[in-house]
Amino acid sequence: MNTFFANGLFANVDWPEIWQASLDTLLMLGGSFVFTVLLGLPLGVLLFLTSKRQLLAQPVVYGVLSFIANIIRSVPFVILLIVLIPVTELIVGTSLGVAGAIPPLVIGATPFFARLVETALREVDQGIVEATQAMGATTTQIVLRALLPEAKPGLIASCTVTAITLISYTAMSGLIGGGGLGDLAIRYGYQRYQSDVMAVTVVLLVIVVQVLQMLGDRLVIHFSRK
Amino acid sequence: MITFKHIHKAYRVGGSDIPALQGIDFEIQAGEIFGIIGHSGAGKSTLVRLINLLERPTSGQVLIDNVDITALDAEGVRLQRQRIGMIFQHFNLLSSKTVAQNVAFPLELAGVANKHQIRKRVAALLARVGLTDHADKYPAQLSGGQKQRVGIARALATEPKILLCDEATSALDPQTTQSVLQLLADINRELGLTIVIITHEMDVVRRIADRVAVLDAGRVAEIGPVAEVFLHPKHATTRRFVLEDEHVDEGEERDDFAHVPGRIVRLTFTGDSTYEPLLGAVARATGIDFSILAGRIDRIKDTPYGQLTVAFTGGDVPAALAQLAGRGLAVEEVRA
Repeated sequence: MNTFFANGLFANVDWPEIWQASLDTLLMLGGSFVFTVLLGLPLGVLLFLTSKRQLLAQPVVYGVLSFIANIIRSVPFVILLIVLIPVTELIVGTSLGVAGAIPPLVIGATPFFARLVETALREVDQGIVEATQAMGATTTQIVLRALLPEAKPGLIASCTVTAITLISYTAMSGLIGGGGLGDLAIRYGYQRYQSDVMAVTVVLLVIVVQVLQMLGDRLVIHFSRK
Repeated sequence: MITFKHIHKAYRVGGSDIPALQGIDFEIQAGEIFGIIGHSGAGKSTLVRLINLLERPTSGQVLIDNVDITALDAEGVRLQRQRIGMIFQHFNLLSSKTVAQNVAFPLELAGVANKHQIRKRVAALLARVGLTDHADKYPAQLSGGQKQRVGIARALATEPKILLCDEATSALDPQTTQSVLQLLADINRELGLTIVIITHEMDVVRRIADRVAVLDAGRVAEIGPVAEVFLHPKHATTRRFVLEDEHVDEGEERDDFAHVPGRIVRLTFTGDSTYEPLLGAVARATGIDFSILAGRIDRIKDTPYGQLTVAFTGGDVPAALAQLAGRGLAVEEVRA
């Protein structure tokens, strides 16, 4: 069995390295996901509240936030990675490895997640906001006690989509030395023509994505009351 | 109790002002069920939302117990809203909360911290609307009528003095409408709650309202006790509502009677006279003949009434009309 792996189909695959790369990918995903949600959720709520005919309708604030979000989202992530190298060095002291990958991942994914949050909140029946308002709720109460709980299934779905997007972003960060499965795929699979490494990394990425999607869907069903 | 003073409201749409309410002045008394009826676009949704300031007037004042609520600060408005319940056409229940949690919601928002007290109040409210067995269900598991009962229980949670009903029965079938209206009437009687109902259905107003305002193009076309307004409509919009309700088209009625000989009058009986054999007695006394062309006998809230369109021929018609009027009937000429 060992000889088969050493000389046969997976001759070039260094399993400990694959294991380390998988861990790096999961670390990058976990770290960037937490910060993306922490920043993106309030931003999404703010986008929603300041938009037209909403509780804090502020066309100027909405316009500025929306413009910034659109700019970040319109820059391809590969380019964003490179452009952000100085910023990353400033924040975490290095632009390499897992730590160096997290800031660009967060900056790239936050506007994306915020837009999904805004859309999920827009799906909440406006009548529920009106009813809560009629009960004498403050804006904070309306957001925390009515809007977010009512949007929960939509928000979970947004998290799933964002996590999966982050996975594909982590793969790209391999280009600038970010580490992880994408890094392996590029360095061995692409640059050294080791198709077996490429195949293994792709299969692992597919598995991670499938697991995330399944988990997300389960949670959405669990929290849906409609 | 609720007073509208010189209310104007306009919406800014694409740079121009679209008037929604144009000079509303009237008062709703404490403890009454007040109906506001109008076709869609007449401004009734806007009008009812002025009472809890979900809408603000462009000019004019809304007084509740002689306090101008348009002058309150944000905190004052919140406290005022906690004293006013509201139910909606589409119920607007939180789908993520159970029935009991929905009813507890306004209490939690108002800062009632005592869990035991909340549980007791919720149980009493659910018993009041007959939903004790459904406390742990989610709104999606309930029928429309049950959802509206949850809405009513929720609206009553903070013991308000005023209940606003925004087309509360428009999404319900006739039988459910009947039972929800009955519940509202009971609540009005038992709790002395002032209820403001907006609707486009005359039947709702006729069943439970004490007084009614007919709204047309942002103005009050007619206002008064329901029987008065609906039995003797003066404004074209009110007449249209009455005719719609009787499934008659005004033009059609006049054509139908073109070939009927004699003098045509509309007689309105209210209260006890509804069930008395007045027409026969008067016919015998004055020698006239009568034929009933159209009519209906029904109730407005608790008062029976009858309204008949009758053609009189032969005998002494003026004397007959005078006698009928003398017995308390309202006599209106349809055709001399």
